[in-house]
Amino acid sequence: MSGNELDAGREAFKEEAAELLSELELSLLDLEQHPTDDELIGRVFRAMHTIKGSGAMFGFDDIADFTHEVETAFDLVRMGKLAVSKELTNLTLRARDQIRTMIDASEGKASVDNAVTEDIVVSLQILIKVSDGTAEASDIAQTESAASEDKSLQATYRIKFKPFAELFTTGTNPVLLLNELRQMGTCNVIAQTDAIPPLEQFNPETCATYWDVIVTTTQDVNAIRDVFIFVDGMCELTIERIDDDLEYDDSEAGMKLGEILAERGDVKLDEVNSLLDGQKKVGQILVDAGMVDKGHIQAALAEQQQLKEIQEQRQKAASAASIRVASYRLDKLVDLVGELVTVQARLSQTAVVNGEATLTSIAEEVERLTWELRDSTMGIRMLPMGTTFSKFKRLVRDLSLDLGKEIQLATDGADTELDKTVIEKLSDPLVHIIRNSVDHGIEKPDVRFAAGKPRMGTVRLSAGHSGASVLIKIEDDGAGLDKDAILRKAIAKGLISNDAELSEKEIYGLIMLPGFSTSESVTSVSGRGVGMDVVKKNVDALRGSIDIKSKKGFGSTFILQLPLTLAIIDGLLVKVADDIFVIPLSVVEECVELTKADVEKMNDRHVSNVRGVLIPYIRLREHFSIDADDLETEQIVVTEVDDKKVGFVVDYVIGEHQTVIKSLGRMFREIEGVSGATILGDGTVALILDVPRLVNTVERDTPTRTVGV
Amino acid sequence: MSVSATVEPTQYLTFKLEEEVFALDIQKVREVLEFSSVTRVPRTPEFMRGVINLRGSVVPVVDLRLKFGMTHTEKTVNTCVIIVEVAFDNESMVLGALSDSVQEVIELEPQMIEQAPSIGMKLRTDFIKGMGKRDNEFMIILDIDKIFTVEELAFAQEAGQSAA
Repeated sequence: MSGNELDAGREAFKEEAAELLSELELSLLDLEQHPTDDELIGRVFRAMHTIKGSGAMFGFDDIADFTHEVETAFDLVRMGKLAVSKELTNLTLRARDQIRTMIDASEGKASVDNAVTEDIVVSLQILIKVSDGTAEASDIAQTESAASEDKSLQATYRIKFKPFAELFTTGTNPVLLLNELRQMGTCNVIAQTDAIPPLEQFNPETCATYWDVIVTTTQDVNAIRDVFIFVDGMCELTIERIDDDLEYDDSEAGMKLGEILAERGDVKLDEVNSLLDGQKKVGQILVDAGMVDKGHIQAALAEQQQLKEIQEQRQKAASAASIRVASYRLDKLVDLVGELVTVQARLSQTAVVNGEATLTSIAEEVERLTWELRDSTMGIRMLPMGTTFSKFKRLVRDLSLDLGKEIQLATDGADTELDKTVIEKLSDPLVHIIRNSVDHGIEKPDVRFAAGKPRMGTVRLSAGHSGASVLIKIEDDGAGLDKDAILRKAIAKGLISNDAELSEKEIYGLIMLPGFSTSESVTSVSGRGVGMDVVKKNVDALRGSIDIKSKKGFGSTFILQLPLTLAIIDGLLVKVADDIFVIPLSVVEECVELTKADVEKMNDRHVSNVRGVLIPYIRLREHFSIDADDLETEQIVVTEVDDKKVGFVVDYVIGEHQTVIKSLGRMFREIEGVSGATILGDGTVALILDVPRLVNTVERDTPTRTVGV
Repeated sequence: MSVSATVEPTQYLTFKLEEEVFALDIQKVREVLEFSSVTRVPRTPEFMRGVINLRGSVVPVVDLRLKFGMTHTEKTVNTCVIIVEVAFDNESMVLGALSDSVQEVIELEPQMIEQAPSIGMKLRTDFIKGMGKRDNEFMIILDIDKIFTVEELAFAQEAGQSAA
C-alpha cells in the first residue's frame, strides 16, 4: 500500500473504470437491440466521458486520448448525426476491450497492441466520415467543450436573449443559436411575443421576438456566452445563474404569509385557505391587470418547474450515496464476525453452566447482537447477480457471431443477491455452461427452422432464491442432450462398463466426469475434454450441486444450487464416541431413534423403517472407523440431498450450532466426506460433514454399483 | 540440499523423538505449544493426528514419530506441538509437529554440520539436511519442507487407494 495520493487516485480510477466498462458493455448490448434509445446513447456517452476525464486526471493519457475518439463518435450519435449501427457497436465493444487491456497493461498484466488501438480509431473515423461528411471540426470542437456530464457540476442559468430589430440583416438565424443552447443540456425556451406589433405595422425584416431560456448544463457561463459570440453587440444578453444554494433551500424558511399568521394564532389556517381559494393565482392576477404578458408568466413557470426538478434530482443523488470499500477490509470484517460468533457461543455455554442470572442475561444480549451483526455483515457482502449478466450477454453475442448462429440471452432475477465470493467463483462455471449451450446445445438457424423452431435460439439465465440457497438455471431451447451418444462415449472411454444400467440422471451425470466431451469435433469454443468436470469441481467447492434436465429436441437445463454464503452456516452438532461432528442443518430432515432391536429386525441391514418409508443409513462409527462400544440406542439424523433420503447414525444429537466454517487446509484437500472444520464453544475443533460426498463415497464403495471411477 | 550451501551460523531448535535428538531451523518455527486435545480427521493416515485450534485457525498436526517409523506418540507432560511454517507448492502453510519434548535453541556453525551418511540412517535421507555435531553428540537436522511435500504426496496416494 502506498500512501501516495496519486497512487490511491489511480487505484480508484481503475476500480471506477472497471465498473464503468461493464456498465458500458451492458448499455452497448442493449443499444444493439434498441438503436434509437436516447437514454442508452447518453449512458454510453457518459461512461466514455467519465473514463476519459478521470483517466486524464490520473495520468492515463493513452486511455484518455483513445476514449476521446470513441466519445466523439457517440457525441455525434447523441446529436442525431450518426446512426447506431452494428459496425459502431462492434467497434465500440472492441474499443471497450482495448481500454480494459490498457488498464491491465498499466498494472503490467497485459501488453497493449498499439496496432489494435490505431485500427479502432481509424475505423471509427471512417465510420464518422461515411455517415456524415459534414460532421466537421466545429462539432468535434464542441464535444471537447462538452465537459463532464457529472450531475454535481450542473448549473442552471436564466438567459434573456433580446436581439436588436436589425438582427436579420446580418444573416443570423436566432433559431440556430437556440438549438445550440438546447444541446448543452436540459433546456426550456420560451419565445416572448409581446413586442411584436400588429400585423399591419409588422416589418418581416426586423426581429421583434425575444426569448427567455432556462438551461441546466454542465458547462460554464463562458460556454453560453460563446454561443452568442457572433451576435455580440446586436442583442441584449443577460445570463444569470439561478440555482445557487438550491440544496440549502429550507422549506421552513419559505413559509407563506398566511401560514405564519396562522402559526402565530392571529388567524385560522382554514380561513386563510378558503380566502385564498377564492383568489386567482398570482400569475393570473398579473396578466389580468395587464402588468405582465402571458409569455413572461410562462417563462417564470418553466423556470420554477425546472428548478424544482433539479432540486429533486439532487436530493435523490444524495440519498443514494454509497461508499467504496476495498474488499479485503470486508473479508477482514467477516473474519472478525466469525471469531465473535465463536466467542459468543463460548460465552453462552459458560453462562448456561454457570447458571447465574446476570451472566445469562448478558450472554443472551450478546447473542442477539452478534446474530444481528452477523446478518448485516453478511448483507454487506451480498451483490446482485446482475453484475455478472452483462459479461454473459457479451459472451453469447460474440460466440453466436463466431459460430454463425442466432442466439439471444434472456436473463431473469438480476437482483438476486449472492455472496461476493460465490459470484466471483461462479463466473467460470457459468461461462462454461453457457458456452456449452451455445456451442453444442443450440442448432444452426436452418436446422432449427427445419425442426419447426424459431431461427433465433434462446439461452435463458435465471437466478432466484430457494430457502437458504440460490438456484441458478441455464436453459436453452436447443437440441438437448443425446442420451445414447453420452452412453456410447462413456463406454468407449471406459468410464462405465458395457452392460451398465443407468438412470437418466446418472447418464447426464456422466458428462461431468473428468475426460468426457461429447462433441465429435473439437471446436475453438468448447469440447477440449476439459469442461463439465471442472465446472462440477468448482460448484462442489462452493458447497453447491448441479442438476441436469434435458429433453431431446427441446433443449436442456442446468440447475445450480448454491448456498447463500460461505462463511457461516447453521449446523446440527452430533456426537460419535468422543468425536463431535457438524451436519449442515440445511440438509437435515429429522432425527429418529435406532435401537438394537430395530437393527436386528432388519437383519443387520443398514436400512431403517421410518414411518413406513425405508431409509438407508450410514453408521459414522463404522465409516470413520471410530473404536468404541456400541450404544443400546442410537440416533439417526435423516438428511435429504438430491431427493434422496439418507440417515447418519450417531450416538447423540447435541443441538444446533452457529458454525463458522474454517478451511481444513491443503493437507486435507483429498478427504472425502469432510468439508471443513469449526471451533466449538470449549475451543476444540469439530469437523463439518460433507453429506452429499459422504453419500457418494458410500454409494461408490458399495460393490453392486457399476457407475463411477 | 547440500551442506556447503549453509555458510552463516544458524540457530536451531532441538527436540526429542523417543531418545533421539532432532533439530529444526529456527526460521521455520513459529511457536511451541503444549499438546492438549486434537480432533482426529477420519479416513486419513495414522501419522495425521488431526487438527487443533490455534487461536481461531484450524491447524493440522502430524505425528513425526509415526512418520519416521517409530511408535505412536503418547501424551505426557512434556509432549509439545511445534508450529512450523513450511513451503508448500510455493505457498507457506502452517502445521504442527508432535515432539516428545522440546530441548533448547542452539547455534551451529556451518563446519559443525556434516552431510548425513547415505545409508544406515533408518530415515529417508532426503528428509535430512545434515548431521549437527555438538559436544560429541549428534543431532539430525530435518529439512521440514521436504518432509511435508513428500508427506502430502504420500497422503494423497493413500487416500486415493483407500477410496478406490
